[in-house]
Amino acid sequence: MNKSSIAFEKQIRKTRFTTVISKIIIYFVLCIWAFTTVYTLFWVVNNSFKDKTVILTDSFSLAVKPILDNYETAFNKLNIGRAYLNSFIISGSTVVLVMVFSGLTAYAMTRYTFRLKNTLYLMFAGSLLFPAFSTIVPIFRMVLQLNLVSHPLGVIIPQTASNLSFAIIVLMGFMSNLPLELEEAAFMEGCNVFDIFFRIILPISKPAFATVAIFTFLWSYNDLFMQMVILRKRETYPICTLLNEISSQFGTDFGLMASAVTIVVLPVLIVYLFLQKNIVKGLTAGAIKG
Amino acid sequence: MLYKDKRPLIVFIVPSLIILGIFLYYPFIQNIINSFYEISGLAALGGGKYIGIENYKRMFADPGIHQSLKNTLYMMFFAVFFQVGIALVLALMVDSITRGAQFFRTVFFFPVVISATAIGLMFNLFYSYNGGLFNQILLKLGLERVLWLSDELAIYMVSLPVIWQYVGFYFVIILTGLNGIPQDIFEYALLDGVTGVKKTWYISLPLIWDVIKVCLILAITGSLKVFDLPWVVAPNGAPKGLTHFLGTYMYFKTFISQSVGYGAAISVLIVVLGLVVSFTVNKVFKRDTIVY
Repeated sequence: MNKSSIAFEKQIRKTRFTTVISKIIIYFVLCIWAFTTVYTLFWVVNNSFKDKTVILTDSFSLAVKPILDNYETAFNKLNIGRAYLNSFIISGSTVVLVMVFSGLTAYAMTRYTFRLKNTLYLMFAGSLLFPAFSTIVPIFRMVLQLNLVSHPLGVIIPQTASNLSFAIIVLMGFMSNLPLELEEAAFMEGCNVFDIFFRIILPISKPAFATVAIFTFLWSYNDLFMQMVILRKRETYPICTLLNEISSQFGTDFGLMASAVTIVVLPVLIVYLFLQKNIVKGLTAGAIKG
Repeated sequence: MLYKDKRPLIVFIVPSLIILGIFLYYPFIQNIINSFYEISGLAALGGGKYIGIENYKRMFADPGIHQSLKNTLYMMFFAVFFQVGIALVLALMVDSITRGAQFFRTVFFFPVVISATAIGLMFNLFYSYNGGLFNQILLKLGLERVLWLSDELAIYMVSLPVIWQYVGFYFVIILTGLNGIPQDIFEYALLDGVTGVKKTWYISLPLIWDVIKVCLILAITGSLKVFDLPWVVAPNGAPKGLTHFLGTYMYFKTFISQSVGYGAAISVLIVVLGLVVSFTVNKVFKRDTIVY
């Protein structure tokens, strides 16, 4: 064995050693961050099964004998069930409206050529820069005039408007890549534009619609600002608005707070675990466009 | 020939335009107009009193807006260095491992899905002086309890959950970018003896520069829109308005103080800042895109 090969061997052993060390460091760091996301949530869920006085002194122990008092209070006193229903009415309708209108518009924008098409596109893209703060007051006044304050529609319509542009742009990106041949063949067979839209475009575009639906639903479900402004009666509160009120009213009742957080977070979390791929794609769609 | 007949356009495009026109473009423009008026009271219909650029002048003398502007700049700084920074480090790390990568993806991203309101409530439980998670840990370690939402600490404590929540978002975006780099580039690099940190610095980072730029723009403009979390953790800029951001201050002025015109001017400021910041980041970080 000559000198250079010994040196080579040494080099290899050295690199191996450093890779093992760096692997350990990498896993260590990753686990720390994972701990901050997993343990925090676990702490909340775990404590939601304890009595509020127990939490104050001993929040780390496992709730071996879980009690459901906090949940009973949450459902009976705070009426979280009702808030859930409100949330689903508002966010569900917003999703449906956004999908219908954005689907129609995106289809026309990718298929037809007409004057002002580019202007329209710029208008859609530009409106992505409007933060909710910059439209809320005129919206509130209109809703007031339409007598829709504290009515689900008062939130549904403005939320539809604020998600529409983004949905159109995402759908356009998808639809412009669909081959025209299929549509032309269908046209030869005697289909009109609407047949083509409903029978060909809609079914093929399902994945893009899923992205739009997920994005819109989560955005609407998690939105606090607009709901806070427009919904002013307690029985019309969706989840987020109710949570916000709970925190100012019952902030010191740890058990109740923990159970409220759990009730709100758990369904989302379960859906997330099942639809993870779609949800991640839906939420990052705006960023990785193209 | 299929799309020669333009009449269906009415059905396809007009409904969207009506909704957008009434509930997005009109309010946006009306809001800009409002910012030149003195309007007291939300329900007061009619225009109020025209006062020119008084509302904008008023900003220079208003300590409240200085505080919220300062906090918003802080938040931008945190977003760039911690949100995108931590996300980048985590993404590079996850990209270099095979076992458990999917697990970390799942776990890092999930705070993004949860509503900011729920996260705010959660952090209220952590910060509480009596029996909050943080103070219980300190007590276990034999240390003194800390008043987390004190005047000095509050702004950091309000920013923390915002940063923490969105790390996973940028993490996924950067990781997707890293996964898009063709493997053969790394094989060539390996042949040339480029590995480890050098590989990251000279090959991976330049190749995902565009992705990082997008993240920076999103993080910075996102900081201008923070509202839910600060509002839940420290309602109304508590303590003493020290944790107001531009968004929460705008809400406070418009809906609580009822100076609607002034609130409108603040929201115009938010829009303008958003535009300026996006253009600046684009300019500053302009580099030739590497096509591969």
